[in-house]
Order: sequence, then C-alpha cells, then structure tokens
Amino acid sequence: MKRILSVLVENHFGVLARVSGLFSARGFNIDSLTVGETEDPTVSRMTIVTHGDDPVLEQIMKQLNKLVDVIKVVDLTDEDTIDRELVLAKINATASTRPDVIQVVNTFRAKIVDVATNSLTVEVTGTESKLDAMMELLKPFGIRELVRTGLISVARKREISVKGKEGKEEKDEKQNKPSGKKKTEEEMTEE
Amino acid sequence: MKIRGAQILVEALKKEGVEYVFGIPGGSVLPVFDALYDAPFKFILTRHEQGATHMADGYARASGKPGVCIVTSGPGATNAVTGIATAYMDSIPMVCISGQVKTFLIGNDAFQEADMIGITRPITKHSYLVKEVQNLARVVKEAFHIATTGRPGPVLIDLPADVSMAEAEFEYPKTVHIRGYKPVLEGHPKQIQKTAELINKSKKPLLYVGGGCISSGASEELLKLAHKAGIPVTTTLAGLGSFPEKEPLALGMLGMHGTVYANYSVQNCDLLIAVGARFDDRVTGRIEKFAPHAKIVHIDIDPASIAKSVRVDIPIVGDVKHVLKQLTPLVEKLHLKDWHEQIAGWKQKHPLKFNMDSSRIKPQYVIQEISRLTKNEAVIATGVGQHQMWTAQWYSFMKARSMITSGGLGTMGYGFPAGIGAQLARPGETVFIIDGDGSFQMTMTELSTAVYNKIPVKVAILDNRCLGMVRQWQELFYQKRYSSIELGPSTPDFVKLAEAFGAMGMRIEAPAEVAPAIEKALAHPGPVLLHFMVESGENVYPMVPAGQAIDQMIDMA
Repeated sequence: MKRILSVLVENHFGVLARVSGLFSARGFNIDSLTVGETEDPTVSRMTIVTHGDDPVLEQIMKQLNKLVDVIKVVDLTDEDTIDRELVLAKINATASTRPDVIQVVNTFRAKIVDVATNSLTVEVTGTESKLDAMMELLKPFGIRELVRTGLISVARKREISVKGKEGKEEKDEKQNKPSGKKKTEEEMTEE
Repeated sequence: MKIRGAQILVEALKKEGVEYVFGIPGGSVLPVFDALYDAPFKFILTRHEQGATHMADGYARASGKPGVCIVTSGPGATNAVTGIATAYMDSIPMVCISGQVKTFLIGNDAFQEADMIGITRPITKHSYLVKEVQNLARVVKEAFHIATTGRPGPVLIDLPADVSMAEAEFEYPKTVHIRGYKPVLEGHPKQIQKTAELINKSKKPLLYVGGGCISSGASEELLKLAHKAGIPVTTTLAGLGSFPEKEPLALGMLGMHGTVYANYSVQNCDLLIAVGARFDDRVTGRIEKFAPHAKIVHIDIDPASIAKSVRVDIPIVGDVKHVLKQLTPLVEKLHLKDWHEQIAGWKQKHPLKFNMDSSRIKPQYVIQEISRLTKNEAVIATGVGQHQMWTAQWYSFMKARSMITSGGLGTMGYGFPAGIGAQLARPGETVFIIDGDGSFQMTMTELSTAVYNKIPVKVAILDNRCLGMVRQWQELFYQKRYSSIELGPSTPDFVKLAEAFGAMGMRIEAPAEVAPAIEKALAHPGPVLLHFMVESGENVYPMVPAGQAIDQMIDMA
C-alpha cells in the first residue's frame, strides 16, 4: 500500500543521508523523496512516498522518529491532502505532429516552456494520476527525456509545522498505543 | 579568554566528570593530545583502537557512566568501528572522538582521511562533524546527553585538526535542548493500569528481563515486583545480574542456550512481561511459535523496539525503573502455587548439567569454581562463543553490572579489553575475564596495556584448541565437516606469552589443579593469565537449533 509521509527535519548537512540510509539499512522502500526548506529556515520538510503494510509503516515512522535530527513525522496517507508533482518532459515534435502535441498540452492545462526544431519541452503539475495519464498520451510522439520531482503534499485542514499541536507530545502519546491494527475502538476515541 | 578547540574538548570532558579516556594518538589528533598532556583525568594508551573502544565499553557497563575514547583519523577511526558497533548493539553509552583531516581537505582523499560520519552512521545513536570551533562545547554537551539518556548508545564526534587548533571562548552549556530528541521516562498511566489488571488476572505470569533493566538501574524495583506478586524471572544474556540467581524465582537465561525450565516457562506462560528486552532472534527462536499462549506486555524506552518482531498486547514506552515503580503498587499478591510447582518440576527434571571427568578439565567446571571462589561477587567479562554461553549458565550472577559481554553484535575479542575497562571502573573488586583461546587471540595485545597500567585483571582462557562454537555447529548441522576451526597446532604457549608481557601465567591441565590455580590468581596483586587446557569436544547444552521453537531443545544425553 502506498504511503505518504511528511517529515520535518533539522536543516543540517547530512540529514538526508541519515534518512535515506535508514531506509536502505532496514530494507524499506522509497518510491520518491523530495526535500526543501520550510517557512522556518532551520527546518526542512521531506515528503517521502513509500509502500508497505501497517507493521512496516509503523516501524518506518518509529525509526524515523528515533533519528535525533528528525523533529516530526506525520502520516498523510489517509488525510485530506492536496498532492502535487511537477514534470518537465521533452517530447518529439515535427512540423506535422506539433499541433497534436500542443492539443494534449492544452487539454491538461500544461505549459510549453521551450521549443526546438524537433521537440517541445512541456511543464506540467498535478497529481500523480494526472501526470501518468498525460505521459501516456504523449508517449506515441516519443518522450526524449522525462524529469519528475516526486510528490509533495499538504494537508487541507491543519498545519504540519514544528510549532503545531502535533508536537513531540502527540508522538509520545501515539507510541503508548497498542501496535499495528490492534487498536480497539476505545483507544481510537482516546486519540 | 579564547582557548583552542583541543582545550575546549578537555575542559568539556572535565565538566562531564570523565575519569578515564582510552585511545591512541595520531597525526590529526595531535592538538588534542597536546591538551591532554595537562588534563586531570587519566589517558589509557591502548595497543589497538578496537581495544580502546572495548575498554570504554567495559568501563561503561561496569560503572554506568559513559565510556570515552579518542582516536585519530583514518585507520585509527576505522579500527574503532567494531567497538562502536558492539556498544550500539547492546545500547552502551559511549562518546568516541575521532580526529579528522583539516576541514579544507575533507573529501580530498587526504592522508589518513576516512568518512567517519558516513562509516558510523548505521552504528551510532548520533554523530557530529564539528566544522566550527564555536560549536564544539555544545556538541560535546549534546553528545554526552544523547549517549546517556533514553536508550543509551555510542555517539561519535568527528573533530578536524584545524578546528581543534582554532580558538573560541569556552562556555559550557548548562542545559541541552534538542527539539527532535525527548525520551519518555514515565509510562502511560492507562497502559500501566491495564498491565496491572492483566497481571492480577494471570495464572502463569513470567517476567522476561533484558539489558534495559540494567541500564535503567532497576534491579531493586524488579525484585520488589517479582516478590510482591510472586512472578518468576528469566533474563536475557544482557540482563544477567539484574535478578539474583540464587532467588527461588530466578530461572536463569532463556533462549538458544537458555535453561530448559526458562524456555518451557516462556512457552507455557499466559502473560509475558518483557522488561527492557527486545525479542532478539537468539531469544525467541522461531518467532511464530514464541510464547504461544501468552499475552505480551512490552516495557521499553525505545518505541521502535516495541512490536518490531512480535505482536504486543500492551506496549509501554518508558524507562524501566520509572515504569516498574508505577506498576508495582497496582499489583496484588498472586496465588501461583500451581505455576510455581509446574516450574519446580521442570527444574528438577531438566537441570543444567555436565558430566564431570576426573582426568580432563570440563570448561563448565572451571566456571563453576570461579563462581564459587569469587563468592559470586566478581565482575565477569567474556569473549564470544562456547565459553560465553557456559559463563552465562554456570556463573551465578547476583548483581547488576557484573556480566560484561557482547550480546547483540557477538564480538569475539571483546572480553579481555572490556575486562580491563571494567577493572578501572571498579578498582577494589575482582574482575575475572573468562575467554576462549580463539577470542583471546583477537585482542591479546592489550596484555601490554594491562601490565603497563598495573590493572590486576584475572584472565581464564578455556583452551579447547579450536573455534568451539563453530565446531559445535559443524558437528551438529554440517555432518562433522570441520572446516577452518583448528587452532591447536599454532596456539601460543599462553604462559610464556603472559610472561613475555610481564604478567603472571599458569597452565592448568588436571581438574584437581583448577581450584588452587584460581585461588593463587585471586591472591596475586597483578594481572594473571590462567591457561586451562579443557576438553575440546564439549558442546553447549541445552541448545535450540536455529529456526526452531524454543522448547525444541537438544539436551545432553
């Protein structure tokens, strides 16, 4: 199952290596990982897309939390979120096929950012499925080069920041709950 | 007043109350060693950096205080890696300072450069590369804080030569604030309440106690809980000593070479309370068949340990000492006569045993005699292998911090240097190192360190002329195809070796000589090496073959 984690980390050198090293050392998968500074310049946010069953996700989150440089880990998988990814793609376009390519670009509200004799460079943002659909349609023309950023995601109803309600306290509470799927209804309401 | 980075390091170590630092100097740490020249604490010069890290580790296990080592960049630092990994696997507090090439040379393949932050990333709790001298004092403060709190572990500080030569004001922070690091001490009251209810309802409860009980200093609390409710206690290798083995409720060690009655108790209990233990594969055997009838309560300071390998009914994140203090008042005196009788039956039917021989020395007998003659009060350090398991079985550990052994990583060669570190931590006490001929030869060069520093450790080498544990596995699981285990023909004369280093050595070849030799060693004020020629075909029993449930034990005929 696909999982989206929003991870706030100290904006130091070496933190990315700690996080990616943890995934490889413990045999967890990374489907995509994006990282950038947040509204607080001392904090970076990593959006990690991974997959695994509940116990695996639980271990990933616990192991991430264990890193001293990790400030907060939030699972966005089941939340109401806005998800975006950006693609830059260089598409074959001769004089005869160019109008067809442009039509696909317009349909997806993408942009043409560079034009060459035999190709067009297209920029598009959207959800993973939108980008996949568009690339499917562009494939017959010939995709010369494809660059994807990986997913970023923001929750609609709350802010995930260092100062938010979601501090270490909540993290600790969660750690005291039973593991995996064994949460009873009573405990769910306690949360 | 501005002082050099090297001096800041020394001042910071003073503030941390450091008594001993272990290590070896070299090019990149020369400024540090210049500052150490005037330091009030003692520097123990080892003969190999692995020895330094194991000594720091042994010192930490015996004292409860963090072990400190300083090594140079490149090979000095890479030699320290095994010792750091050993400490990491057993959650031992350690601060290791490695020299590094000058900052402008980092990444340049400079002389004696190794990417220590990268190399040690998976085997340290945390690590720092200090690039600016102004940060050094804070980094040392944080390193000691991280190493000693929460689930303890080694922290590496990589210190470039130019940073240790640069100057800054020395101001040691009084407090530490790391927003991503806040270990929980108290257990969640609701979880503790639920645990107490489970205990009070249980008919066959069992405490399964690990190294966390020792690092938390919770032996007394454990004893109180066990006594109040009457719950039997089994310990892991790392937990040995947390519960006195002469107690009627003590079941000894569980797991692959655990006692039959401890393993039967696990397989038959209806409630298993894991206290600072992590369900290691050497403990659980085949995981799906582990404790099949039990509800499981897991008390651990590290949330990531909980539900890592087994399903857990009640997780409690917290420090063992705090949690047991919260839990015991809620627990009632239980009526467990049937359970106690069942266990007593197993104890009677399947005691630990070995066949005594009048002509050849049995390794178990040597350990039994060491236990008797040290009145079960010595600090014991071991290497890794058969002798380690026999020590776990046959030495009666009565106090916490009396068993110094590499459990998680299983590092051969650990025992001797770790014993030296333990002796420095506990100067008035007897430290007995029980080692194998294979393990000892990996780090025996530290004899020089022991003699030079007049560290009066006693070393018992149980010499079976081979790599015994490997031999045992090849005998039982590889059709006696003994591959690369023979040490006999080239084993040195350990007595002459000890004498060459300036220590006392004795060779013991008959059972009747065992006790007198141990007595003589205990009476000698300096380091002693006892070379016991033991039966070479002896196996460690009971044994759970890898991949079996822990009640599927091979016991001796």
